[in-house]
Amino acid sequence: MNMPIYMDNHSTTKVDPGVIEEMLPYFTVHYGNAASRNHTFGWDADKAVEAARERVTKIIGADSREIIFTSGATESNNLALKGVVEMYVEKGNHIITQVTEHRSVLDTAKRLEKSGINVTFLPVDSNGLVDPDDVRKAITDRTVLISIMLVNNEIGVIQPIEEIGKIAKERGILFHCDATQGIGKVPVDVQTMGIDLLSYTAHKLYGPKGIGALYVRRKNPRVRLSPIIDGGGHERGMRSGTLNVPGIVGFGKACEIAMKVMKEESARLLSLRERLRKGITDSLEEVYLNGHPARRMPGNLNLSFAYVEGESLLMGLKEIALSSGSACTSATLEPSYVLQALGVSPELAHSSVRFGLGRFNTEEEVDYVINRVTETVNRLREMSPLYEMAKAGVDLKQVRWRK
Amino acid sequence: MPYSDEVIDHYNNPRNVGSFEKDEKDVGTGVVGAPECGDVMKLQLKIDNGVIVDAKFKTFGCGSAIASSSLATEWVKGKSVDEAMTLKNTDIVEKLHLPPVKIHCSVLAEDAIKAAIEDYKKRNGG
Repeated sequence: MNMPIYMDNHSTTKVDPGVIEEMLPYFTVHYGNAASRNHTFGWDADKAVEAARERVTKIIGADSREIIFTSGATESNNLALKGVVEMYVEKGNHIITQVTEHRSVLDTAKRLEKSGINVTFLPVDSNGLVDPDDVRKAITDRTVLISIMLVNNEIGVIQPIEEIGKIAKERGILFHCDATQGIGKVPVDVQTMGIDLLSYTAHKLYGPKGIGALYVRRKNPRVRLSPIIDGGGHERGMRSGTLNVPGIVGFGKACEIAMKVMKEESARLLSLRERLRKGITDSLEEVYLNGHPARRMPGNLNLSFAYVEGESLLMGLKEIALSSGSACTSATLEPSYVLQALGVSPELAHSSVRFGLGRFNTEEEVDYVINRVTETVNRLREMSPLYEMAKAGVDLKQVRWRK
Repeated sequence: MPYSDEVIDHYNNPRNVGSFEKDEKDVGTGVVGAPECGDVMKLQLKIDNGVIVDAKFKTFGCGSAIASSSLATEWVKGKSVDEAMTLKNTDIVEKLHLPPVKIHCSVLAEDAIKAAIEDYKKRNGG
């Protein structure tokens, strides 16, 4: 078994060897600018970009003329929200999103709010899911955009996108979906899901960092966008800037591989995830699952270990790469807003750990992680005053804490 | 952000983990912090004739919080109560090389010592 173990695949993924192989010539041989129209270097680059465009759109069931390459999902989300709001300013000034979206959607929405746009942030239930009925009720005659993510990055829950897409269609409102975590993990089809704009990125599906895409529907309806980056008019004027050719090639290959292996990989990851969940919850008491137990992407497990603070747990697992919703791991000193939106108590949010299983994880690694987590949680509980109090029968909720 | 060697050492080999019987007359107990803030420290001192003869702690919190309380117990042992009251959180920050976002951990450790002494004094009439 190779150390350290990487189990933080929602953060980013290792680039698949097949992807690197396909990218390499575009650094050293076909290094032309895809916008160069007068020589073979440019033509080769352009050809590679167009071939990649086919692959990148195929995975979402779209046409190759319907995507804009960006630097990643953060830019795609910014472009979708800002671009639609500016373009449709005559039509309305209201957008709908929900509280557990990624920061690149939430913070963009908050910026728009400051500039006078009305934003509805819908709540989620205790499983982390949005109620499509809430979406329906939030719509006004001034609503121009609904933005709901496919898969949550912390708890892996899958939102009812198809139902929301249907509602958006009925009311003639554009529907944006941040599918960053879901592409290549769960089936996505912009037609059946009624999606008009969709954000995704290569590095979450074993492709390189720094390349993403925004799907923009061309018909029924034709979506128009105001660009947020001006310049040479690349990507049909919607996103200027020299195309990242090697990145795009890698993104294409990553999508192609993902389409090929998704079914089998999902089944394997689901079985690894369940092995991990069962292994940990069988050997430790008071471990709580965050997010819907079944409606979640296969590789995601998010657990709270009562009486143990998340960062100290990760510190004890230094040879395993994981992530925590503890405040101490964030810049804000606030525990995960996603978990808090589910109604998870702040103390359990501080105690949460996200396990992100991916293509390269093995059963052997899972078993190792089960043992190390068990051992470390037990050790930290032995030095936790909260565990001691709870064991002595003290109701921690009744204690008056001296902050 | 990487942890300092001192924090790692205290985290891996915490000094004086444990509990005294909090009702014992010679024991002072300080519990500071709150679970919802992600840090709770329990620090206990055994005091004999104005001198701290033993100290124990239990901490729920990040590695820096564990290290701060571990170091605090090490420092107060053998000191007089008055000396222990002069311990400053900045001493802990310096010794553990805590970054700015972790300064609150050292503040909690200082508060825990003071709370334990206060408790001892209160229960011993003065």
